[in-house]
Formats: sequence, structure tokens, C-alpha cells
Amino acid sequence: MKELLSGNEAIARGAYEAGVEAAFAYPGTPSTEIMENVARHYPEIYSEWTPNEKVSLESAIGSSLSGARTLVAMKHVGLNVAADPLFSLSYMGVNGGVVIITADEPSMFSSQNEQDNRWYGISAKIPVLEPSDSQEARDMVIEGFKISEAYDTPVLLRITTRIAHCKTLVELGERGQCGSSFTYKKDFRKNILMPMNARLKHQAVEKRLELLAEASETFPATFEIQGEGEAIITAGIDFQYVREAFPEARVLKIGMSHPLPRKRISAFIEANQGKVRVVECLDPVMETQIKSWGYNSVTGKDKTGLLYELSVERLRKAFQDQDFPQAPPELPPRPPVLCAGCPHRGIYYILRKKKAIVHGDIGCYTLGALPPLESMDTCVDMGASISMANGMNAMLARQQAEHPPVFATIGDSTFLHSGITPLIDAVYNRLHTHVLILDNRVTAMTGHQPNPSTGISIRGEKSPQIDLETLCRALGVKDVDVVSPYDLDQVDALLEKHTQIKGPSVIISKAPCALIPLYERSAPYSVDTEKCTFCRACIRTGCPALSAVDQKSHIDPNQCTGCGLCAQVCKFDAIHQVEQQEGSR
Amino acid sequence: MENRVTSILLSGVGGQGIILASELICDVLVSCGFDVKKNEIHGMSQRGGSVTSHIRFGEKVASPVIPAGEADYLLGFEKLEGYRYLYMLKEGGVLLMNDYELIPSSMVVKKVSLYPADLSDRIAAAGAGAETTWIAAQEIAEKLGNPRTANIVLVGLLAGRLQKIQKNLSTDQAAWISALEARVKPRYVEINKKAFAEGWNRSE
Repeated sequence: MKELLSGNEAIARGAYEAGVEAAFAYPGTPSTEIMENVARHYPEIYSEWTPNEKVSLESAIGSSLSGARTLVAMKHVGLNVAADPLFSLSYMGVNGGVVIITADEPSMFSSQNEQDNRWYGISAKIPVLEPSDSQEARDMVIEGFKISEAYDTPVLLRITTRIAHCKTLVELGERGQCGSSFTYKKDFRKNILMPMNARLKHQAVEKRLELLAEASETFPATFEIQGEGEAIITAGIDFQYVREAFPEARVLKIGMSHPLPRKRISAFIEANQGKVRVVECLDPVMETQIKSWGYNSVTGKDKTGLLYELSVERLRKAFQDQDFPQAPPELPPRPPVLCAGCPHRGIYYILRKKKAIVHGDIGCYTLGALPPLESMDTCVDMGASISMANGMNAMLARQQAEHPPVFATIGDSTFLHSGITPLIDAVYNRLHTHVLILDNRVTAMTGHQPNPSTGISIRGEKSPQIDLETLCRALGVKDVDVVSPYDLDQVDALLEKHTQIKGPSVIISKAPCALIPLYERSAPYSVDTEKCTFCRACIRTGCPALSAVDQKSHIDPNQCTGCGLCAQVCKFDAIHQVEQQEGSR
Repeated sequence: MENRVTSILLSGVGGQGIILASELICDVLVSCGFDVKKNEIHGMSQRGGSVTSHIRFGEKVASPVIPAGEADYLLGFEKLEGYRYLYMLKEGGVLLMNDYELIPSSMVVKKVSLYPADLSDRIAAAGAGAETTWIAAQEIAEKLGNPRTANIVLVGLLAGRLQKIQKNLSTDQAAWISALEARVKPRYVEINKKAFAEGWNRSE
């Protein structure tokens, strides 16, 4: 039976069919739906949201040691967090197979960079598989587990946003054999990466790579398509673009992009008298290797460039100089915004008022950097808000210059991911770092996944809620306050108080995300057009329920959640709550 | 079946129900035996931003993303977002436009709205080569008693047009209704059926 599945759904299906018994992940676009689908559709598989990607991969090593086939999923930058165990796991190898999904994001729809994680395969000396649609994504998970166990290696399955989120037809199979028995064996040489063992393991890793290169020659998803047109080597989603842009082309489509099938590629190049193009988005990972074998006539990057995802149009433009229609340039953009009723809005509104230096972090609240709030100075990586505030504060203490207050803002999930250690640093080194934990009870940006402070697991089981206030106090932070972000006066007063505190301090802004059931909507507000002077103070909160109609502010009653923030900032008493009707919401 | 790929582009604003609409369209196309690919971007774009969904069907589809200027159908859920993606529609394509404006506060700068006032004219000019149908889906849905069903009114309109134009699509309203019943919560099925019929009936 065929079903229309996204790449992420197909990977979850592949894991089920491969007899996977455990799956670990931290949510991150575009990989999130893999674990959601595992948990929702395949309860046979034990699944976890872990606090971060490093924990995911290390848990997977433990689960593999016990004998279970184990899947790990993360976005591309998640693999940076998990890189430490990744490189060691390469030496150690597996017991039950381990397949790691890395979901790369060319064009950065929801990411801070567009790193090409095929390099991780080369660097960690492990195989990289690249599917070109959902069917191959499902197949390669199954194939990946066989390779993992046959070659004693973790396998990296690299997808990109279009593979993750596009839906294509997939032929479904049954759940395969799972080795649910406990097959752990104590093995000092294999599992203890002390120098004396690691030196031997490195030899084994290099030998393994040679064997994998042989396997790459006959990998099922590597194939040739005959044609009359030019000769092209490609992989992943770019294969689809090549097929559409140049239907006549002769194509060598690569399924295992590390190690590359050198003999096959060489034969293809020689059969085409060296006139071959490589089509790959982002870095010239294949092209550089192919050139290093002496095929200098092979090109591609000179035409396609290093930036952003490719497309049918870009390929036609690059190789045939064909123009394509473009969007009218003069239109106002419609960027994503903090939702109506969002608890983050009040915090950033006050931070802007204070002209504070705000180190931000990764989450919905990064939108606080955009107009009209524009009250965030930095956004680098998970947890960096606190560390960067630490570093800046350490220097401010030496420089003794007049400066605005410095704050770190970080979400609950991001704090638990990577914010605890820098807070320990602030305590340890006696830094005057003031942290705002924006606790909206959920991992919101990626689609409302529960986290360790939510009180529920991905499996739907109740779990203890990590109490952030107690946690911060236990770390040695003496000044910890909890505030409702909808009470602007109180937020303002607390920020003022904390600015004066010597040593680290934490304010926890506690209110549920406006999109989850925990959020209590109340009656919408409306504008008294008699009193409204159109000063636009309310509009400057950036609430999407607000707009301008006939030179007056206007509130869309369907969008308004009744949070009342706009009424608090109105100096003319022009915004009031519509009387709550009995049981209206 | 000759291998001609047909492309449908949906464009609008996050929260307008574009994903559900595209799921329904794909359900019906898959049930007709086509190769179908669907593409959209999740994540940040959902927060009230501009959203598109690409649907392509035929005997064999390669790219899941519609190349610029090659969409056969453009279903605009909102005027500005319809106009923004009008360049994706091919010459002689079918343009189905919801007569509805969503003006975010971010477009109000210094007492001036950046939202173009003359969108209907611009759409008429840029879509001169298109076969255009306007529909007040939002109003229709509000009259039905649930403004959130505007997306299904639009699906109904598209379904009706597909039925008339696509010679390779042998389906009737029943296929769409059963897709609706499978996708929508039971208590919302009736109102969505009505919304679908409102759209379908305007596809003449």
C-alpha cells in the first residue's frame, strides 16, 4: 500500500519497519516531526525528548549497547551539540545499530546557519546516506541499520528541509525482526576509549572506511539514468531538480555520499570524456573529492554557487542562462511575529523601554529582535544568551564605563538544553548576570513539544516538572523572582530591582504560550475610537490583532486573546475589554 | 495518461488553514491514482507569516517545488499573499482569489499603512493572462457561522474548477466529501461540508 508521507514521517515509518526499539531526539526544525511520528504512530518504539542532542546521542549509545536498534534525530546545528559523543562513537562502534538523522537547512527557513553536515561524515569517518524523496528516506533507514551493524559504525542519514517536509508516495512494509534481547557484553577494548584502546580503534576505523567505500559502489540508492543530454552527478533533493530541469541528462545519482563510490564515479566521468557537472547545494563536498582524484574538468560550483538551496529555476539559470519570473520587489514583507496574547511581548516591551543590552537565545522569543520591539542585541546558539552576558559582564566590571543594564533572555526549554551550565559559571565566577527565563511551559517554536519542565513525556506519561525556581536557587542564585509578563508595572519594577543586584539573579516570567490549552483566553478588547488619538503606542507592542482602520487603532476580536497588554500601554484610556459573555469562550 | 505535471499553489497567511486545505487536495489526488508531491515549509513561517503550499500531480513528478511561472492554479487565501505569488502562475493559468485582506500591525509605520491600497487593480493587471475568479470566502464562512471554514470554501471552489478543467481527473464531490470526513473532527464535518458546497457552487 502506498501512502503520501513527508520525509520525516517516512523516517519514523522506516524505523518502525527496521525493528527500532528506541528513539531519542531534541526538537528542531526541520527534524521535529520524526520523533513526533514515532511517538504518535509507533508505540512499540520507546521514545524520548531528551534535554539536548548530546543527551540524545549518549542515550542512544547506551541503548545500542544493550542490543537495541536505536534512532537519533536532530537538526543540523543539533549535531554540533552532539559532536562530542559522535566522534567517540565512531571509534567505539555499536551493538544494536545506530542511525543518526541530521536535518540540514539550506536557505535557513528556521535556523541560524546553513552548515553542510556531510562534512561530519567525512570528519567522523562514518557513512552518510542521502535520500532524494520519502520512499528513499524510509528505505535508507532500514538499509542504514544493516550497514551500522555489519560495519560496526554509527550511520548518518542526512536530509534537508525539502526532504523532511515534502510529502511523496511511500510503499509501506511490515515491522521487521527486532532483537529485543539483552546482548550487552563487557568489552574493555571496544567500549573504554582510553588512549591505549583508542589507538587500536583508530586503525579499525580507517579499515572500516575502506570496506564502506566498497559497499558504496553497490549501494542500492546509487544508480545511473541514461539520456542524450549532459552528464551530471547529483544527490538528495537536487536529483529531483536535475530530473525536472534537464530531463534529457545522463545522471549518476549518489545514495551514499560518504564514502563516495570512487570506481563508479570514475567510470562515469571517463565514459563522458570528463565533461561532467556536479550538482549539489551548499558546499562542494562531492566536487572537491572528485577533483582530488585528478578530474579537474568536473565542475558545478562555479555555476551554482555556495549559497542557499538550489531549485529547478536556479539550475536552468546556472547552466542554460534561462531567466525566470520573480516576485514583485516593492511589496511589504509579512515576517513571522509573536502571536496575539504571546507572554513574551510584555517582557520585550519593557526591555525596549529600558534600552537594555539584551542577549537573546533560540526560540519564538528571537522574534523580539524584529520591529517594532527590536529589543534583542544578540542571538547565537542554544544557551549562549547567559554565557555571552557573563563574558560581557566580566569585561564591564573592568572597563568601569557607563552602560545600559545587561540582560539574558532564554526560554524554558533552551535553559534546560544549555542554559544551566553558564548560570553555574555566573555563580562560580561571581558575575552580575541578570537572567530572564521566559517560561511558557512548552517548547513552542518547533510546535509545542513538552520538555522537562512541562510535566509530561512525549509518550504522554505524566512526569515530574523540573521546578526552575528551585533549580536556580540550588545552583546558588540568591535572587530569584517569578513574575507574570502581563503585569507591565511589576515587570518594570522587577527589572529595575535586578539591575541593582550584585551577583547573578534570575527573573522567571511564567505564563503559558498563547497557543496551548493551558492558556486561558478572556474576552477581547476593543478601541474606543472617540478617545483614540492614534498615537500607536498599542501598535508598537507588535500584536498581530492590532491594526489601523481610518487613522485609528483597531483590534480584531477574532485574534485578540484578551491579554490586556495594549490597554496597559494606552495613555488615553481608549482600550477596554468587551464585557465577558457567559460561557462565550 | 501522458506525463504532464499539473501544479497547484496555495498562498496565504499562517493560521488561515492552508495546511488542512492542501492535505485535502492531496488526499483526493492520491485516491485518483496520481503520483503526488506536496511541499511546504514548517517552523518560523507559521507565526502569522506568509505561507505557501505547493501541490504537484501527474504520472510521475520530480521536483516537489513548483518552478516560478509554472503553476497551473493559484489559490490565494489573502489578497496581498495572492498578489505576492502571482508571478508563480503560468500564462493562461487559473487564478482563484479570496477577496480578503489581513493587515498586520507590522505594516503600520508612522501613521501610514504599507499595505497596498490598489491590490485589486494590481492583481487584475498582473493576472491579465489568467482565468480569474474572485470569491468572498471569509464573508461566506462568517455567514455560515464559522469564519475558520473559509479555507474549505476555497477548497470547494478549486475542486469545482479542477473538475471542469482537468480532463485526467475523474472525480466528483463525493471524493472530496469523504476526504473531508476523514480529516475533520466529527463535530465540524457538517459545517465544513456546507462551506465546501458554497465554494463548489461558485465554480461555474
